[in-house]
Amino acid sequence: MRTANSEQRAASRRERHALASARPLAVGFAIAIAIAMSASAAQPVAAPVTVIRHATILTITKGTIPDGAVVIRGSKIDWVGPDASASLPAGARVIDATGKFVMPGIVDTHSHTAIEGGINEVSLPNTGMVRIADVLTNEDINVYRELAGGTTTALVLHGSANPIGGQSQIVKWKWGRPVSEWIVADAPRTIKFALGENPKSSNFRPPPGIPLQYPATRMGVEEVIRGAFVSARDYMAKWDEYNARKARGGNPIPPRKDLLMEEMADVLRGKVDVHAHCYREDEIMMLLNLGDEEGFKIRELQHVLEGYKVAKEIAAHGAGGGTFIDWWGFKAEAYDAIPYNVAMLVRAGVLTSVNSDSDELARRLNQDAAKAMKYGGLSEEEALKLCTINGARQLRLDHRIGSIEAGKDADLVIWTGHPLSTYSRVETTFIEGEVYFDRARDLANRQVLAQEKRDRLKKEAEEEAKSKPVKGANHETR
Amino acid sequence: MRRDDEMRSQIADRGSQAGQSGVHSQSADRHLRSAICHLRSVFLALLVAPALLAQSVIVNSTGKKPTVAITHAAIYPVTSAPIPDGTIVFSKGVITAVGTNVAIPADAMVIDGKGLSVYPGLIDSGTTIGLTEVDSVPGTVDTTELGDLNPNARAAVAINPNSNLIPVARINGITSVITEPQGGIVSGQDALIQLAGWTPAEMVIKAPVALHIRFPRLRSASFEDVPQDQEAEKNARKVYTEQVDKLRDLFRDAQAYAKANDARAKDARVQRFDRDLMLESMIDVVEGREPVVMHADLERDIRAALAFGDEFKLKVILAGAQDVGRVIPEIKSRNIPVILGPILALPQREDDPYDLLFSNAKTLYDNGIRFAIQSSDSHNVRNLPYHAAACAAFGLPKDVALKAITIFPAEIFGVADRVGSLEAGKRADVVITDGDPLEIRTNVKRVFIAGEEIPMDSYQTLLYKKFLQKP
Repeated sequence: MRTANSEQRAASRRERHALASARPLAVGFAIAIAIAMSASAAQPVAAPVTVIRHATILTITKGTIPDGAVVIRGSKIDWVGPDASASLPAGARVIDATGKFVMPGIVDTHSHTAIEGGINEVSLPNTGMVRIADVLTNEDINVYRELAGGTTTALVLHGSANPIGGQSQIVKWKWGRPVSEWIVADAPRTIKFALGENPKSSNFRPPPGIPLQYPATRMGVEEVIRGAFVSARDYMAKWDEYNARKARGGNPIPPRKDLLMEEMADVLRGKVDVHAHCYREDEIMMLLNLGDEEGFKIRELQHVLEGYKVAKEIAAHGAGGGTFIDWWGFKAEAYDAIPYNVAMLVRAGVLTSVNSDSDELARRLNQDAAKAMKYGGLSEEEALKLCTINGARQLRLDHRIGSIEAGKDADLVIWTGHPLSTYSRVETTFIEGEVYFDRARDLANRQVLAQEKRDRLKKEAEEEAKSKPVKGANHETR
Repeated sequence: MRRDDEMRSQIADRGSQAGQSGVHSQSADRHLRSAICHLRSVFLALLVAPALLAQSVIVNSTGKKPTVAITHAAIYPVTSAPIPDGTIVFSKGVITAVGTNVAIPADAMVIDGKGLSVYPGLIDSGTTIGLTEVDSVPGTVDTTELGDLNPNARAAVAINPNSNLIPVARINGITSVITEPQGGIVSGQDALIQLAGWTPAEMVIKAPVALHIRFPRLRSASFEDVPQDQEAEKNARKVYTEQVDKLRDLFRDAQAYAKANDARAKDARVQRFDRDLMLESMIDVVEGREPVVMHADLERDIRAALAFGDEFKLKVILAGAQDVGRVIPEIKSRNIPVILGPILALPQREDDPYDLLFSNAKTLYDNGIRFAIQSSDSHNVRNLPYHAAACAAFGLPKDVALKAITIFPAEIFGVADRVGSLEAGKRADVVITDGDPLEIRTNVKRVFIAGEEIPMDSYQTLLYKKFLQKP
């Protein structure tokens, strides 16, 4: 049952840890984990046509279909409508979802899942040249856990240590596939900005011997970002001048290519979307004004905890907002965070999503959506949009994901009950027509896995006993 | 913890930000107290709120315990079957009658409960409410004393009755919580408090309610913590053994102290000795009157904690307990109750089942083991019912999930005669909702704590109302 992929993954993990330690003990655990991970990984089932029947279908954009059917052909949704009108293609795999609910895959516009190593390049205040795409790993088990919560698409961002953190990556959580297949090819380029306590190092001091990093105030944060765009304008002008001279037949010396400036210039050219971590009203307004003055737009204000204080201003700029809904008080700048924020942003006309910033919360963004009904009185329809189509719009992928419509990607989640109920859980998660999580399959795998792990550990112990015995080694150390 | 903060919020310099908050005069408090009645004044109060960081402007409690009758409501006593159309009466802070055929006292304030549901106040078995305000501002945080052994650190003496966290939790139906010290090995003495009151003493229902121990662990479940060579393994075991030895020494000293104390109490001729507050705080524990909450998650640590409990004949309550499914016979044979939680958290091992924490409650229930559920939270104790609901989504019967945040904790902490259900003679901790409190979409309509009606406001609702008015 194991795929070539999982073999590869196991091998690479084995190799990594073997290199790090050259110790049989650690290698043994690496193998055990790799086995465990690979077996719980998806072995995507190729099914040219799948029909989900008799479910309550929450299309998000076209209302709710009480006894509906979805026809999946290949990677796309072929048809959706009342079950009575559905035509069943011959040879189709049929899933009877009587009593269950189907919704589109959840979109998480703020994730740090599957980043290998640190999430911040902390060496400089502006690291807009570094890329998440270079450090994605398909070994993070949280990807699978998020699939088990119905999340299928994510914007993976750098952390917020720097005013400008780096280039983000939009992915689909195709667990078990190589990272190259996770990348959503036609997704826009994105960059992470950060304001407030984190980039000014309020709650962090470097270890002795390491100097403090500029900036230390919100004034400095503004200066770093403004400075970057002023430099980018100079950079663009230099190239314009060079190109003009060359076009006139001259032989000018080309300016030096600068990866950071190329990126900042593309922000100014509207080719890169800005996603900005922010909490307080003042810093939100600072960035919106800065964008207006320097000539770029903010695509999504991330967290935007005090967005409710300036909701109209945010709407006027055209920025979206994405946030976890009820975390507050974990630092001074989060003390005025209120769960009504989301509803107030929606009412002001801001394109708003709920997102996670957490491997844990990313498994239940449907619950954050439900909280927007409790706090501020959004309708069920508005609430469901928060974790689906609104995020898709913020990521400019609403032509592909975020709702159940013919022609869109077959990213679908089958729930045991209404996804806004705390008593519901995910049965099956599809991405582009393939099953990446299935509860029945997960449960069936557990015994097999446990036995395989026992066998491997036993074998390792025997091998160790034959060679040099390790005193104190304990195979239940984990 | 949010990942973006992870890198930066490792508070490396705790001292540097002390003294930022808590500056607040009594006259200002009085002013704010009277101001609360008038919306306009409330907004005025909000203008000065930043200077009062950590000080709630919501009335703590009214002091009035009227006679109240809630009629024609769906009543969920928890310890008996739901009553679809019933009446509950309480007076002077105590429930006097629950049922279908209940006489309504002439002086009662009658609340028409048609279409509404009535539940006992929810109880969170593990929080730090009252001990923290802004997690990153050390001046507002009193959860963690220095050193490993602090049996005499008492949560009850450091609870801030004016914390803004309190109204946020209680208006979602959480009426009492265990507040616990954190850190070290012996963290301190837990308190069971009600989420209303003007002084810490007014808030305490029972304190100390348990001694809190975070049992030493050899290492975490993280792959990164597996020792890379024999030397590292040796060192880890040495540190671990020293920690357990230290804990054992403390308990032996406490046993000896208790024995000496008893001897002198019985016979004045026994030579006088100096008092030791640390050991004195453990007398009830080593003599089996006060329980010990043993926090341990991994199988090895749970087993070690249970063995330690056996060695000193302690009344153990196991907490955290992620691996509890691996030690069922051991727990069962000792009749030890378990506090699960947080439920809405990630399993510790990469190869743990994805739903391990959601399923543990059902495992305990199926095996007849007593348990309760905690949020392990501070600012979001309001989400306690959703921790319980997650267990129900994965097989725990819904009515049992409700019990895990009402009557079960009351029983485990020895206060079931006072809280945890709607029964005549118990405190009137009463919550009125428009539905099942374990559903997020349900709204809590009114809350009574010991018979006093709580204002349905918090720092957050006031900010909401204020900014709704922004032109």
